[in-house]
Amino acid sequence: MSGVSGAGAADLPGAREQWVRTGGIELCVVELGERGRPTVLLVHGYPDSKEVWTEVAERLATRFHVVLYDVRGHGRSTAPQPLRGGFTLEKLTDDFLAVADAVSPDRPVHLVGHDWGSVQGWEFATVGRTEGRIASFTSMSGPSLDHFGHWIKKRMSRPTPRAAAQLLGQATKSWYVYMLHTPVLPELAWRGPLGKRWPKMLQRVEKVPAGSYPTASLPSDAAHGAWLYRDNVRPRLRRPRSDAFAHVPVQLITPTGDAFLSERLYDGLERWAPDLLRRTLPAKHWIPRTRPDQLASWIAEFVTAREEPAARAPRQKAPAKYADRFGGQLVLVTGAASGIGRATAFAFAEAGARVVAVDRDAEGAARTADMARLVGASEAWAECVDVSDEQAMEKLAAKVAAEHGIVDVLVNNAGIGLSGAFLDTTAEDWKKVLDVNLWGVIHGCRIFGKQMAERGQGGHIVNTASAAAYLPSRTLPAYSTSKAAVLMLSECLRAELASKSIGVSAICPGIVNTNITATSRFAGVDEAEEKRRQERSSRLYGLRNFPPEKVADAILRAVVRNEAVVPVTPESKGALWMSRFAPRALRRIARVEPKL
Amino acid sequence: MAGDTRQRTARHPGRHSGRPSADLSGFREVQRLSYECAEAVAAQLRPGVTEREAARMQREWLRDRGVRDWFHLPFAWFGDRTAFANFRIPLQFFPTNRRLEPGMPFILDMAPVYKGFSADIGYSGSLGLNPVQDRLMSDLQAHRRLILEQVRERRSLREIYEDVERLMNRQGYANRHRAYPFGVIAHKIDRVKERRWSPTAFGFGTQSLKGLASDALHGHREGWSPLWSPYHFSDHPPQPGLWAVEPHLGFRGTGAKFEEILVVTDSRDPEESAFWLDDDLPHVRRWAEEEKAA
Repeated sequence: MSGVSGAGAADLPGAREQWVRTGGIELCVVELGERGRPTVLLVHGYPDSKEVWTEVAERLATRFHVVLYDVRGHGRSTAPQPLRGGFTLEKLTDDFLAVADAVSPDRPVHLVGHDWGSVQGWEFATVGRTEGRIASFTSMSGPSLDHFGHWIKKRMSRPTPRAAAQLLGQATKSWYVYMLHTPVLPELAWRGPLGKRWPKMLQRVEKVPAGSYPTASLPSDAAHGAWLYRDNVRPRLRRPRSDAFAHVPVQLITPTGDAFLSERLYDGLERWAPDLLRRTLPAKHWIPRTRPDQLASWIAEFVTAREEPAARAPRQKAPAKYADRFGGQLVLVTGAASGIGRATAFAFAEAGARVVAVDRDAEGAARTADMARLVGASEAWAECVDVSDEQAMEKLAAKVAAEHGIVDVLVNNAGIGLSGAFLDTTAEDWKKVLDVNLWGVIHGCRIFGKQMAERGQGGHIVNTASAAAYLPSRTLPAYSTSKAAVLMLSECLRAELASKSIGVSAICPGIVNTNITATSRFAGVDEAEEKRRQERSSRLYGLRNFPPEKVADAILRAVVRNEAVVPVTPESKGALWMSRFAPRALRRIARVEPKL
Repeated sequence: MAGDTRQRTARHPGRHSGRPSADLSGFREVQRLSYECAEAVAAQLRPGVTEREAARMQREWLRDRGVRDWFHLPFAWFGDRTAFANFRIPLQFFPTNRRLEPGMPFILDMAPVYKGFSADIGYSGSLGLNPVQDRLMSDLQAHRRLILEQVRERRSLREIYEDVERLMNRQGYANRHRAYPFGVIAHKIDRVKERRWSPTAFGFGTQSLKGLASDALHGHREGWSPLWSPYHFSDHPPQPGLWAVEPHLGFRGTGAKFEEILVVTDSRDPEESAFWLDDDLPHVRRWAEEEKAA
């Protein structure tokens, strides 16, 4: 036992250990960071011990007084005797209060719970006797059993098709809860083959990185922890408390890929927790292991806002669409000085992301960053970089990583237009368009994608392709070729990075009213004619008047839903449909030379 | 007859004696009155006031001060309607029951006829602080300068329109005057005959519409248009007369505009060839203060 805990403590440099005695058991409590700072108390779930939090705790320890403890019967804390009846939420509340009094006697603590830690947290945050001891509560993957009970009752009493589907969905996800209610068998399994295989299963199914977690105490943690379910689930679901209102601000972090909990469980949670901040994360159940950076930053932001009400940003009436998903994330957009790139930067900014606006046009990029801050970006920066310059991109990536962190969402949007017959297009023209449209995307994906993959905490890459990627035409051979390459690159990369939880989307906007027409090169004509065509095509695009903001919305939606190929304008959708079902018609149309 | 001669001089100010200062002062008076009305009504706006109520407040304020006819009845737009979000048909311009909330941007737009002179003004503001609209208003200054400069250079109205739009794009904004009928950034206004009965149709005064229609007819024969639009029919140098210019910026659900009269004459002196009728207007004062603060 002591060997195990030694390894656990070694994970956390500077950890101070103490024992808290309460109700006949001893709890192992570990503290990090300075005591005078706000206390963040992390409660683990099942089947876990406090070591599930090591990654998050390390990141929080630089700013807060971080406290972790092993729930009774788990890790190095002792188990109650007898086990039956020793794990009720009332007793767990006693434990929490004892720990809170020991580590922060004068100030309320910021509570963070994952899985069963969050189930407990909801109990702590909704019972009267903890009032004044909790400053805020961050919940992940663990609903209140009382809310859950009401959730079931409401749907049972009015089983509309939707309600029935929601019930059935959660009932299927809860299979393990039924298993844990059988006597002895779970204990035998955990102490036997399941306990041995569990770490590998976590790595394979839940993508939890290998390492010192789970600890060697797992079999006994899991065996004891079965009583969490047996002591609480049935009584609470049968008779849920009707006064389970949260008396503290709550931050709810919902992983969208959770195999055990449906997202629908939190519908209408505002009724129980009036001061609720929602966050969603594309990840599986064990987010403290798989997404420590994101969790640490959300917890830090939430705690800081509660500690310094003055610094708290004025709360908007209705949070922007997707604010739950992109709040605080780092988004880098290339070609952000105009058009779709700029609109995309603004859309992410509105959702509360931190934005890096990259463009060759320094002034335009600076303007984008400036306006992004105005619409809601917590921070925004401008960088003047030519995406086709590999060295400059390498430098940019290093700088961004050092100053702002690893990019969560990369939008490779920079592109230039080139029109003209193939036989009129010079090698120089080809080089120019491929350098920006294709090599720019390759550099972005390669350099920033590598950083994302190495971090191992997911991410998303968006590449702006074009409807021209699947729409042959005699007027845009070079441009279409470059965009077709971007489309295929995105598809291949999507396959490769899927295992790393990095999504890749290709956006095919179509005819959008941006300044790409005004800066396009028209091969095979003199300067005056080129100017005339630029003006003419700009006017036509202006008449079509499809706003880049709509493309930006499509980009955010694509990231949220992890869509592969996203045509945006109706003509782009139509062309994609035709390229699949009526390619010969498209080839016919391609022969027509549009008059400009 | 007397009315007729007055009308002609107004349509071609500067043709005979530089500027018919009496006429211009009439226009200036009604423009000032309108901006006073806008400021008075804006000061009365409270949370919960609807667009219809705000429009009625403007109408009553001006009616009390002797306005009997309109180029168009007062409009009021609140919230994202200031940026004409999701406007598809012109009926959507009319005031609705949307209620004003703290921090919401609003635009008041009115075009009264007073003593036979008409004005058309737009006033942007917000209930409490709205940093986004503040920025939009500050950035409108460049547009006022650009328009005057290019009109003095006698560039084609369509080209000026496109340059204004380019400036908006550079600033990161959307061109929202494109949502107006014919996408106009400006239209001509003129003197209007005072009648005992002055009906309106679809919010527009019939007398003023008649004036505009006759201008359009003349213009059609002579190759110009009283509407300053992005289309081919505006591809001509600025036509002497009075233009109500209304650049309208939109930025993610927030809009801002000003609207005021630009006097265009056929003088050869650039200074005289075009000038803003009045430089003592709320938005101009605001920019002056900003410059002083900087």
